[in-house]
Amino acid sequence: MTTASLTSSVRPTRSLSTSVLSGLGVVAVLVGPGAAALTGSSGIGLTAVFSALAYLVLAPTAVLVVQGRRAAVDRLFTTLAWGSFLLALVPLVAVVALVVKNGAARFDANFLTHSMRGIGPRDADGGAYHAIMGTLEQVGLASLIAIPIGLLAAIYVVEHGRGRLVSAVQFVTDVMTGVPSIVAGLFVFTFWVLALGQGFSGLAASLSLAILMLPTVVRTTEVVLSLVPDSLREASLALGVPRWKTVTKVVLPTAASGITTGVVLAIARVTGETAPLLLTALNFDSINLNPLKGQQAGLPSFVFAQAGQPQQTAIDRAWAGALTLLLLVLILNLVARLVARRTRLKG
Amino acid sequence: MTAPAVGPVAATVPEPSHIGGESSRRGDRVFFALTGASGVFLVLTIVAIGAFLVVQAIPALRDNTSNFLTTKEFLPEADSPSFGIAVLAFGTVLTSVVAMFLAVPVALGVAIFVTQYAPRRLAGFLGGLVDLLAAVPSVVYGLWGVAFLNRHLQPFNKDLHDNLGFIPFFGDTGDRYGKSILLASLVLAIMVLPIIAALTREVLLQIPTALTEAALALGATRWEAIRTAVLPPSAPGIVSAIMLGLGRALGETIAVALVLGTTPALTAKILGPGGNTIAANIAAKFGEYAESGRGALIATGLVLFVITFAVNAVARGIVVRSARKRLA
Repeated sequence: MTTASLTSSVRPTRSLSTSVLSGLGVVAVLVGPGAAALTGSSGIGLTAVFSALAYLVLAPTAVLVVQGRRAAVDRLFTTLAWGSFLLALVPLVAVVALVVKNGAARFDANFLTHSMRGIGPRDADGGAYHAIMGTLEQVGLASLIAIPIGLLAAIYVVEHGRGRLVSAVQFVTDVMTGVPSIVAGLFVFTFWVLALGQGFSGLAASLSLAILMLPTVVRTTEVVLSLVPDSLREASLALGVPRWKTVTKVVLPTAASGITTGVVLAIARVTGETAPLLLTALNFDSINLNPLKGQQAGLPSFVFAQAGQPQQTAIDRAWAGALTLLLLVLILNLVARLVARRTRLKG
Repeated sequence: MTAPAVGPVAATVPEPSHIGGESSRRGDRVFFALTGASGVFLVLTIVAIGAFLVVQAIPALRDNTSNFLTTKEFLPEADSPSFGIAVLAFGTVLTSVVAMFLAVPVALGVAIFVTQYAPRRLAGFLGGLVDLLAAVPSVVYGLWGVAFLNRHLQPFNKDLHDNLGFIPFFGDTGDRYGKSILLASLVLAIMVLPIIAALTREVLLQIPTALTEAALALGATRWEAIRTAVLPPSAPGIVSAIMLGLGRALGETIAVALVLGTTPALTAKILGPGGNTIAANIAAKFGEYAESGRGALIATGLVLFVITFAVNAVARGIVVRSARKRLA
């Protein structure tokens, strides 16, 4: 594109004001219901779609008339970018609002303190106490397994820098991120339950969750550790501190908040995992506080089981379970963000 | 403050016991052996996943009386087991591809908006808002899809068929009012959108602002600056982000298990129920099957593992290659 063509087709002296554009927006909002009515539908979804399309046509056309083609194309893509963002927020708002609204019906003390023992799908009572305890135990055990191994593997990658094992670990971490959760569950079933004959248990579920946590922990720790300035390491080594003490006393504390953020996000991610639980801990209606032995419920598998029932009482329990799960996950995310804000390392 | 007398001070400092001594070298060796062992553990895990799935799938595959790759039916518990992956693999790919068509344009739009259009001070917050979409557990999306979205999508499905029914994808399925492929794809699209958006955002942030500013200074409009200065160098990263999103969609289990109506047929009519996906089939059947059936499910899981492994490896390959090119 030459400079001549750039200057000739834009007429910046005459640009549309914001008020004209918002006027067009109002017109578009009015056009939507009319167009929707023509197709014989009055649903809010279709109305919104038509309004959006109307604005998408009106605004660039107006700009085209006043300012020319290049400005019109610019207006079109600006509108599209804003539109995509607003569109992406629709499901977030819709899901959260509906979970809160429908979950509130059964989200009470009874729900939080009782299990499903002896409760049929038709019964109005029953709760998720057994599932909440199961999830806390399973996720806790998974963290105990995955965090140390993940941290050490990340330290190996960053502090060694190169070598065949380093690139192997990096490759495996990337590929492991993409292992579907159901495959992790299948693996633990074949390995732990079939090959080792250990039976279904909360611990088996923890193993599969640990596999899903590992790549996230390694990845984020690796990124944060490599942000620690080398001058810190060199200063420590120059004082005669051995490498392992340099890592544990200088590098890790510097990176602590970043690592914590990554670890908490990894925990949040596996807290909502359902598929592996179905193949490793199965589901269970009664309280089983021993994660080492016997079937155990988890909050996600509880929601899945209740959502699969046709009865409204079961669906209500599913919504309440979903609300509990969502609260748990959102709190973890909030904690991660708050910790991230205190970081001393800027990427 | 007087300057410390360096020489004498250094001389009087006793040599710390941890300098260079035998004990510190042993500490280093133990510590790095531990870290190395963790690395090896990670590598062994992925090898073990493949190995154990293969070993446990072999008996079921040996007993199978039909061709595993082309058979449509899935009857592993019959007296003469007959099962294949055709319907499942097709359903997996179809739901994911439709989901990608829905998610990719919006995800790219979101990433471009957050990095290029949003007010600087709000960009981090707005990006985080979209990230929250990824935090919602899949079972919650499944519940939302089956108990809410399904009802509201049905009139839309009907409109789509009435007006665009001549396109084969929107053809009559006899059952336009159930849990359709489009519903499953829409839920999948919502789930992969934040992943693609976040990865693309990271890629776009790598582009130096000087490039955009140079384009703007030459008289380019905002969009022209993005199209000429930001997108071309980001292309490999964006493709890889899309591949990673695809991998996630292919492997998604619970949401699909809840929202996809299953049929034993191979169909591409997305307004009706269709087939099933590998992952959702495993979740649905695992509880009711005995040993032979579970063996068949493991075999299908192995296929899913291979597919997602390949997709992710390709995505990684694209990034690594473009990074090497930039360094060269």
